[in-house]
Amino acid sequence: MSKTDSIAVEHLDAVETARHGTTALGFWIYLMTDCILFASLFATFAVLRGATYGGPSGKELFGMPFVLTETLILLTSSFVCGLVLLGAKYNRTKLVILGLIITFLLGAAFLTLELTEFTHLVQDGHSWRASAFLSAFFTLVGTHGAHISMGLIWIIVMIGQILKKGLVKGTIRRLTLFSLFWHFLDIVWIFIFTVVYLMGVL
Amino acid sequence: MKEDAPVISKQPVGPATVWSLTLGFVLAVGLTLAAYFVVVDHWLYGVWVVVAIVALAVAQLLVQLIFFLHLGREGKPRWNLAAFFFMLIFLFIIIAGSLWIMYNLNYNMIQMSPQQMDSYMKQQSNAGF
Amino acid sequence: MSLLDVVFGRLTFNALPHDLVTQVAVVGIVLLGIAIIGALFYFKKWTWLWKNWLTTLDAKKIGVMYIIVAVIMLLRGVSDALMIRAQQVVGAGDGGKFISSDTFQQVFSAHGTIMIFFVAMGLMFGLINLVLPLMLGTRDVAFPFMNSVSFWLFTAGMILVNASLMLGGFSPGGWLGYPPLTELAYSPGPGVDYWIWALQIAGVGSLLSGINFLTTILCKRAKGMTMMKMPIFAWSVLVTTLLIIFAFPILTATLGMLGLDRLMGMHFFTSGFGGNPMMYINLIWAWGHPEVYILILPAFGIFSEVVATYSQKRLFGYKTMVLALFGITFLSFVVWLHHFFTMGAGADVNAFFGITTMIIAIPTGVKIFNWLFTMFRGRINFKTPMFWFFSFVVTFTIGGVTGVLMAVPAIDFQIHNSLFLVAHFHNVIIGGVVFGYFAGITYWFPKIFGFTLNERLGRYAAYCWAIGFLVAFLPLYALGLMGATRRLDHYDPSTGWQGLFIVAGVGVVIICLGIFFQLLQLAVSIWQRKKNLDITGDPWNGRTLEWSVPSPAPFYNFAVLPVVHSRDPFWEQKEAAKAGHHPARPVYVDVHLPKNSGFGVIIAAFAFMVGFGLIWHMWWLAIVGVIGVIVCVIIRTSDDDTEYTISAAEMERLDHGHNTYAAKEQYA
Repeated sequence: MSKTDSIAVEHLDAVETARHGTTALGFWIYLMTDCILFASLFATFAVLRGATYGGPSGKELFGMPFVLTETLILLTSSFVCGLVLLGAKYNRTKLVILGLIITFLLGAAFLTLELTEFTHLVQDGHSWRASAFLSAFFTLVGTHGAHISMGLIWIIVMIGQILKKGLVKGTIRRLTLFSLFWHFLDIVWIFIFTVVYLMGVL
Repeated sequence: MKEDAPVISKQPVGPATVWSLTLGFVLAVGLTLAAYFVVVDHWLYGVWVVVAIVALAVAQLLVQLIFFLHLGREGKPRWNLAAFFFMLIFLFIIIAGSLWIMYNLNYNMIQMSPQQMDSYMKQQSNAGF
Repeated sequence: MSLLDVVFGRLTFNALPHDLVTQVAVVGIVLLGIAIIGALFYFKKWTWLWKNWLTTLDAKKIGVMYIIVAVIMLLRGVSDALMIRAQQVVGAGDGGKFISSDTFQQVFSAHGTIMIFFVAMGLMFGLINLVLPLMLGTRDVAFPFMNSVSFWLFTAGMILVNASLMLGGFSPGGWLGYPPLTELAYSPGPGVDYWIWALQIAGVGSLLSGINFLTTILCKRAKGMTMMKMPIFAWSVLVTTLLIIFAFPILTATLGMLGLDRLMGMHFFTSGFGGNPMMYINLIWAWGHPEVYILILPAFGIFSEVVATYSQKRLFGYKTMVLALFGITFLSFVVWLHHFFTMGAGADVNAFFGITTMIIAIPTGVKIFNWLFTMFRGRINFKTPMFWFFSFVVTFTIGGVTGVLMAVPAIDFQIHNSLFLVAHFHNVIIGGVVFGYFAGITYWFPKIFGFTLNERLGRYAAYCWAIGFLVAFLPLYALGLMGATRRLDHYDPSTGWQGLFIVAGVGVVIICLGIFFQLLQLAVSIWQRKKNLDITGDPWNGRTLEWSVPSPAPFYNFAVLPVVHSRDPFWEQKEAAKAGHHPARPVYVDVHLPKNSGFGVIIAAFAFMVGFGLIWHMWWLAIVGVIGVIVCVIIRTSDDDTEYTISAAEMERLDHGHNTYAAKEQYA
């Protein structure tokens, strides 16, 4: 085996170790608790989705092409995040940084689109104060957006750490945890897309 | 063990994982677009729309769990998988239980649909209650 | 808007207490605080306190701090109880006012909130921290730093609740804060906000602890300790953590939504704009029922350990005990509607939840019988924990059967929200949770502090609590059946109920006597500690690994991590030694332990700022708090130098300094 192969081998194992280690399990369990948090918000949304207080429902408010764009952007960022982990396995620091930057940009684009949607709704008088349905909508989608924001901060920190320390055990472990987080957020979004938007316009 | 120690290991690696990731991505995009067009372009009608989009969502969940999160590929003990199944059970109980209870409550309390109750409450609010 | 408005939000001098009782309490607390801080300065103990306690990541010390906070809050909670009793005695007589109605509402809300979230949860997390790593044969929990953060978040929540006494008053909404009363329209002041944010912050701490302990049990057991060889207390902690991680997020979401209603004008649970207060009640009890099982299951685990040890016999029915724990855990997630049978569900829904509630009595009964069978043909050592156990069996069983009674919806319609309900839950919480944790504290005290507690005073305390409980709460069963509604500060004198309230008041005084004996027991035991030293580390002829280390347990727990071959590994080791088989000479290795860290305190301080800022609309403070937490987390997680090493040679030296096999050279 050549030198680059053995380094790659080392990093693959580090990623696998990180993935199966104690910290990864603890973080996975935290993600399970986050699922229950979102479940409570989904349940509340489901109960309150008809409580529009005479105001507009999702059918009147949601722009579907817009939402599809958001969804595909986030999905792509999840895919890129997977590539980032592969890059870490092969010790390709530059690819990892590039991948993280792209993930960040896609995530930021998603967030921008979401904030644009929110701003239009508020400006048109359909804020979270207008009805229980809108409260539930803004909170469910907004909580997801808050998690994305935390993820974006995390990416910046990861880029900083990898630039400073390289792809060592600690940074690889944190990168692994980040990827779990980012994939999880995309999975939650599948259900927001389905339950809030698709079912909302039926 | 120090966090900044160099990484040392023994196992060989294969390039197959890029393709599995890409396959997962393509499937996920396909499932997303399918759900979108089922609704927006009315590919189905009535309750089948809901059935379809829920099925497509669950399918995409599985795709992402397997191809992106590699759930179930860990060696024993499979605590991640166990935690996931436990979470699913309680998630189902909370959501289904809440929906069953809340619709039972609303139905029994006021005999109105959510929309009717809505306009009733608005009426009451305007009357100063 | 002036600068003062921006800086201080809605906090004004008007927030200081107006009634005499609160003013006296606040002055007392402030003077006490000044005395303690003054003493720390005078004796120059700040550095010692910071280095040895505030920044520690040692689970045992964190456990001690949890218990100290819990005991302090117990005193506050019991004071609230005395005030409730006093007001109801006066109020059932001539309708007089010992405290105003507004104060009464805050008092019973504070009483419940404090007892559940800060006393019971505090004692629970404290005991688990003290014992779990030792019992599992490991050095610490899976995430020691997160453990510290959990404790300090818990303390930040505690401080917020006590701050409400001094500034602004507490919530009038009871320990669960039902809307619409707790919505802005009906409670615009800071009280409900105090309640929300104290619980949110403490709740995050609890959730992190749940994740921590679960990972510890799954990943950090001693070599050879399979799941089915773990002590039952560890199993009880495992199922409790399952309950915590799946229930607490519901609380976070629900309190969050109520907070959004109040802070951002949302309409989740308001009485207009489409809001649905029943959804709050549904969600809060979907959390609330698992919560009470979170409190009781570790207590069951403690009794399993206590009964086995003091009967000198292994626990009867280990497998069924594990199954019973899982049965109770699963069922506790499908019973929550029994807390609101009367609030509009149809008969089908009520019947379903009534049946599941009754079923939950079965695994609980299995456990009680297993404990009794454990005692059968054992050689009972009648120490204080066994007195707590007997009090528990009688008291908890009464409480349990009244629970099964109320599980029948038709009966519940008669007694829901009456004093019968109040008597029931105090019955199971005092009889089960409190007695269990007291037993645990007495049982494990020598392991942590190196000397046993005074036996006689412990027994007096147990008698006072057992008798005091009966005198305080049996009258409430009667009152409830006669129609007395809960949370009222006066009852018409024509009911003739004052006599029973007086009896109940006497009962609380007897309980206070019990607490007095416990405090006296602590003081006397410390005074007489040299006479009661636990020299062997095994004062009760214990069965599990924590008794195999010296007392007090060294900071590294085990000089050499044990290898386990069976259940009750320490008992097996002792039996083997009696038969002449001694363990092999230990092989010492380098030990890595976490360094202390002040970030736990600092993160909690920022969290406190978030809470305080949101309560008083000091938005700048809340923003500073949020940024502070994020920055601290980033700094901490970027730190790669968080451990220190003790060399193998040093470990050997430390081990020989204790009264262990190593020191006694009793190897094969």
